Order: sequence, then C-alpha cells, then structure tokens
Amino acid sequence: MRTSQVRSVRTRLWWRLLLVVPVIATLWVPWFARTRPMLIGLPFFYWYLMAWVPLSALCSAVVYLKTRDLD
Amino acid sequence: MPHAALIVFLSLFVLVTPLGFVAARWRSADLNQLQEWGLGGRRFGTLVTWFLLGGDMYTAYTFVALPALVFGAGAIGFFALPYTIIAYPLVFVVLPRLWRVAHKHNYITGADFVRGRYDSPMLGLLVAITGILATMPYIALQLVGIEVVVAALGVPSAGWVGDLPLIIAFVVLAAYTYTSGLRAPALIAVVKDLLIYVTVIVAVIVIPAELGGYGRIFAAVPAERIMLARPPPGSLGSYSAFATLALGSAVALFAYPHVLTGALSARDPKTLTRNMALLPSYSLALGLIALLGFMALAAGVAKVPQYAGYFRQYSNNFAVPALFMRSFPGWFTGVAFAGIAIGALVPAAIMSIAAANLWTRSVYREYLRPGCSDAEEARQAKLVSLVVKFGALLFAIGLPTTFAINLQLLGGIWIIQTVPALVFGLYTRWCHRRALALGWLAGMAMGTWMEAGLGFKGAVYPLRLFGVIVPTYIALITLAVNVAVVVVLTVLLRALGVEEGGDRTVPADYEPAA
Repeated sequence: MRTSQVRSVRTRLWWRLLLVVPVIATLWVPWFARTRPMLIGLPFFYWYLMAWVPLSALCSAVVYLKTRDLD
Repeated sequence: MPHAALIVFLSLFVLVTPLGFVAARWRSADLNQLQEWGLGGRRFGTLVTWFLLGGDMYTAYTFVALPALVFGAGAIGFFALPYTIIAYPLVFVVLPRLWRVAHKHNYITGADFVRGRYDSPMLGLLVAITGILATMPYIALQLVGIEVVVAALGVPSAGWVGDLPLIIAFVVLAAYTYTSGLRAPALIAVVKDLLIYVTVIVAVIVIPAELGGYGRIFAAVPAERIMLARPPPGSLGSYSAFATLALGSAVALFAYPHVLTGALSARDPKTLTRNMALLPSYSLALGLIALLGFMALAAGVAKVPQYAGYFRQYSNNFAVPALFMRSFPGWFTGVAFAGIAIGALVPAAIMSIAAANLWTRSVYREYLRPGCSDAEEARQAKLVSLVVKFGALLFAIGLPTTFAINLQLLGGIWIIQTVPALVFGLYTRWCHRRALALGWLAGMAMGTWMEAGLGFKGAVYPLRLFGVIVPTYIALITLAVNVAVVVVLTVLLRALGVEEGGDRTVPADYEPAA
C-alpha cells in the first residue's frame, strides 16, 4: 500500500469513530430511563431516544461527507 | 363505515398490481440473468435504494407487532428505536466492503461470498440454509399483517372464504415477482412508503389532538409501563434486556438475506453510505408508530365491545387497526390499511427473491447442477421464489400464528450465527473454515436449546456473570459462544495443520480502487 493510501485509511477510521457516539448514547440505559424533564407531554425516555434519530443521521452525514473522497 | 374503507383499500391494491408487472420493463435488461432478476442488475441509485431498503427492513409485521408490544408491555418495546439507530452505522461501514467484493466476483448472496472467501461449498451451504430457515417464517409473518387488516375491514375470517384474500394477494405477488424480479418490489416500495408516511403523519397529528395531547395520553398509561423497571439489587434487570435486544437485533440485521439483497442491488458503495444518513427518516416513523401503542391504550380500544372478538383472535396485534378505525373516517382507514397490506407484499417479495437466490447459488448450482447455464440458473431462481412463497402461504394458513412468531424469534438467533463467517471474512482470512462451521453449529444448537427452555416466551435469558444477573438477548450470548469456538478451534486446527483451503479473493477486492 502506498503511504497516501495508508493515510486515507487512517483518516477514515478517525472519522468513523463518530459513529460510535449514537451507539453508546442509546445503549447506556441508566442515562435516559427516567420521566423528567418532559417535552410536549412526552417522558424524557421517549423524546431522548427520538432525538437520537436525527442526531445519528447527522453523525452519519458528517462521516459520509468527510470520507466520501476516500471511499 | 367499513364499506368506504374496503373500497379505498381494494382500489389502492388494484392500482398497485400493474406496477409490479410494468417493473419488468423498467431499465430493461435480460431477466434471464440471475443478477438482473435477483439483484435488479445492481443499478439502483440513492433514491430507489432508500425506498427499497426502507420497504425491506420496516415490514408490515413491524407496523403491527411493534405498537402491539408497546401496547402490551410498554417501554421495553421501544428497544426497536436504538436498534434501528445503531444498525445503520454498524451495517453501512461493513456493507460497502461486501458490495465491492460481490461486484468483482458476481456474488449474489452472502453465502456466495463465504463460499469464495473460504473456498468451502459446505460453509456456503450452511450460511444459505440458515438464511432460508430464518426467512421463511418472516415471510409467513408478513401475512399476519394482511390477515389482521383484512379481518378488520369486515371480511369474514372463518373457513376458506377467510383465507381467500391472502391467497389472492399471494398469487398476485408471486406472479409479478416471477416476471419482474427485484424490480417489482423496488417500484411498489415507493407507493408503500408514501402510504405509510402519510398514515403516520396524519395519525400522530390527528389522534393526539383527539385524545387531548401527549400529556393526557401518558397520564392514561399505567406508570409501570411508561418506564423500564428499575433493576433490583444484584441484577441489571430490564436495562440490560433493553440494551442487548437492541444491539443483538442490529447485529443480526446485517446477516438477513433480504437486507443483503437490497444492499447488493445498489449502484455503487457510495449509494450505500449515503443511505446511512438518509435511512434514519424511517426510524423516526418507527418511533412514532411505536407511540401508537400508547395511544391505543389511552383510547381504550381493548374495551370497545365491537372489537372484543378481534382482540380475542389477534390479541394485541389488533391494537393499531382498532385505533385507526376508531379515529379515522372510513376512507382514510382504507388508505392506512392499504399501506399495511402493500407494506407486507414488498418485504415478502424481496425475502422470497433472497431465499431463491440462496437456494439457486448454494444448493442448485453447487450440488445439483454444476455447470448449468446462466439462463437455467435464473429460471431455477424464479421457480424457487414461487415455491418459497407458497410454502410461506401454507405456513400462514395451516399453522397457528404463534408458531410463525416463535420461529421468527428463533430466526433472529439463528441468522446471527452466520455473522462471524460473513463479517470477519470481510476483514480477515484468519478464521479457519472448519472452526467457522463448528462455531455456527455451537451457536445454532445452544440458541435453539435456550429459546426452547424459555418456552418461546421472549428471548431474554437471565445470564449470571460474576454474581450479578444480567438478562441478555439470547442471540448475543450464543454469538459470543460461537466466536469463542471459532477463535479456539482456529488456533487448534492450525496447530494440527488441518487443510485451510484457498481464497478466491484478494485484498484489493475489498478496498476502493485507488
């Protein structure tokens, strides 16, 4: 492998670490298994998980944009 | 009221059917080639892939069973949300590698790849059989979705007349899958998704307004169902059950044949990574659909006398249809129900194509007719797609629904056992092919035994780890056992000098062309 290729694989790996964030945020249950604060009548548990849908999409979009030239 | 609903339902159904046949001419190509019939020629762009994968993974069963779970069990049912959130990053980092190597070697299925990578028809066969076994009950369950809405529309459900709508739907489905291959569900998925999105958006605006807002809805739900129970001392309780169900389902998703079929039909790897950011829009819809379970609870649908018979027959799966009938005018109920029914046909078509591809490549071409022509291969796949669907139909009509549900539960545990061969194989050839086969066997046997031990009531096993009880999704426990067997036996078999076999791929096949 050429050095530039090695570097691009490394860059890709660093950006991909961002994908781990939503995984931890939605699996560490003690962080969000509670009722308050509520949002428009929804307990925290529900709106927190729903909020991670667009947030995870955002992480994915950033990773896509930053690594698409390497892919 | 049922009349307006029935008319709209039937009209939408009739309108969609020609689409399935017209699809054969869409980006027309020689459908006597398996990669044209079974993968749409690997030419689907970002938008079609979005519709196809969305139509594929969010099945009618999801739309009926998920709110039913929330309706009956509450917060734990929401594991589906983290499941779909974490599935995309996991899956889409891995899938472009599979896409590249599959494109290079004309692999149609995951089993094809495993066979080439490990130079082992037997390992390919194991992956193929697991895929077919896990897919059959899944197709049968799609029929439950159709069954429930058809019954709700007032069609008598007893005797052969009751089975007639299912039979008609499946004959139509079988006919256009046969003629058009993967192009048919790809085109119909567009209609299905539009209907589902319209239904979900209307439902989450109209129904909460009717019920007095989300505050009122949650006030009507028993407190113990709103929140996961706090774990008792010495146990991780529902917390670990929730997290492992989500993680295990996400890992298993990768190995499902219908997901791989959808992914391999994309035009290029970028189409897949782009979809990683676009597909969560379905997860949002999924979260809202799960909330419908609470709305049904707050609306008290189970206490409505005229629904009592349906609840007896379909139990909680009737919660969402009941909620729609109670809250929507007849014609819109028809739209919503058509969304669910057409939503059953799309994944059923993709699953039957995926199973047919597996059979044709890993059994027929490998063992029964080596050296058959390409046209013969495609013809076999078309025929098998019919067999698979009629098998599923008999399954749905002849056996109690609980049987299909139990098998689908097992299917998730079974399919995850093919992950080591598939995923490790994409990154390294270190694992020994015999070790992978024996790891698979250990995982399959142990998973089936544990699930049977639970009497098919759920899939969470109270694992004891260092004196703490950790309720864990069986799929994850057995995957860990599988991997441990693979690692230990690889070292052992290599030390003993057992024949490793070759590798038809080279490292450059997996990486983007520099």
